[in-house]
Amino acid sequence: MTLDEKISAIWQLAQSSSIPWLMLTLFAYALAMKLYKSSNFNPIVNPVIISIIIIISTLLVLGVNYEQYFNGGQFIHYLLGPATVALAIPLYTQLHRIKKMLLPITITLFSSVVIGAFSAIYIADLLGASASTLLSIAPKSVTTPVAMGISENIGGIVSLTAGLAVTTGIIGAILGTKIFSLMKVEDDAIKGVAMGLTSHGIGTARAFQVSNEMGAFSGLAMALTAFTTAFLLPYLLQFIGMI
Amino acid sequence: MPFILGFALLILFQFLGEVVVILLELPVSGPVVGLVLLLLTLIVRGRVGQPLQQVSSTLLGHLSLLFVPAGVGLMLHYELLVKEWFAISLALIIGTVIMLVCTALCMSLTNKLFTKGD
Repeated sequence: MTLDEKISAIWQLAQSSSIPWLMLTLFAYALAMKLYKSSNFNPIVNPVIISIIIIISTLLVLGVNYEQYFNGGQFIHYLLGPATVALAIPLYTQLHRIKKMLLPITITLFSSVVIGAFSAIYIADLLGASASTLLSIAPKSVTTPVAMGISENIGGIVSLTAGLAVTTGIIGAILGTKIFSLMKVEDDAIKGVAMGLTSHGIGTARAFQVSNEMGAFSGLAMALTAFTTAFLLPYLLQFIGMI
Repeated sequence: MPFILGFALLILFQFLGEVVVILLELPVSGPVVGLVLLLLTLIVRGRVGQPLQQVSSTLLGHLSLLFVPAGVGLMLHYELLVKEWFAISLALIIGTVIMLVCTALCMSLTNKLFTKGD
């Protein structure tokens, strides 16, 4: 083989194999975490958004499409399943506090599912978003894998929902602690529930940085929202005549 | 070794969750049902144990990494996002602020009303 042939063989390997994109994801995240740490955990330097920006820019420069990227990205994406199951452990550890707050959590949960879906739909509708965008935005506060399933059920664009859910998670993680301190909410349990109901797993990741208790409550809220939204949202949308 | 066993247990409960979803025709995804099944198991068993403790703190410690590949999927909708970016970003930002404020308020109020002493 000549050198040219070797180089083109390596380029082909890089494009068809999953390894470069897995590598890109891990390095981008490691870099984003480094930036996050050196900013002293400033929520604005959110590691998810930084990683996404680094990865999309790299893919655009190299002319690689999402399908090729996902060959590598899927290995990380599919860990969302076991990670969701793993939330049972902090939940179990906080069970005694959760039991005491069961009624407040239930009431807040149902109001948040209704408020969450309708506020986003009405604002987007008012500003002229298309019908399929409205359906894709409705499950935005649900953890990504479940949100994708709901979106498919109600006729949204599945991959758009995934992106919007991740974005919602990031916005909540960035604004959450700020808003809670402005509102003078100090109880980590209350902050955790609000965070998990609004911004699911990404909010939960942020909540674990504040305290284990806030993380556990956020994880609980995330699981409850996933369940309730999956069951309720199709009926709510039928009720307002969207599907 | 505990890590491997813990990871195997998580996958097992995810699989059981998927099975229950099929059996009961639930609209939720397998992992969420798996979470509930594992929680019930822990309640019955009365303790967590080292394997699950270790794997859960490792996985949950890097939870945000796991959302990255799905987020990169936004690049698929470049044209739609260019056309509707204003509506979408305002809906997400204002919607999220409304939710954070409402849920925190609702939790604080109902918690004062219904939770006795601590």
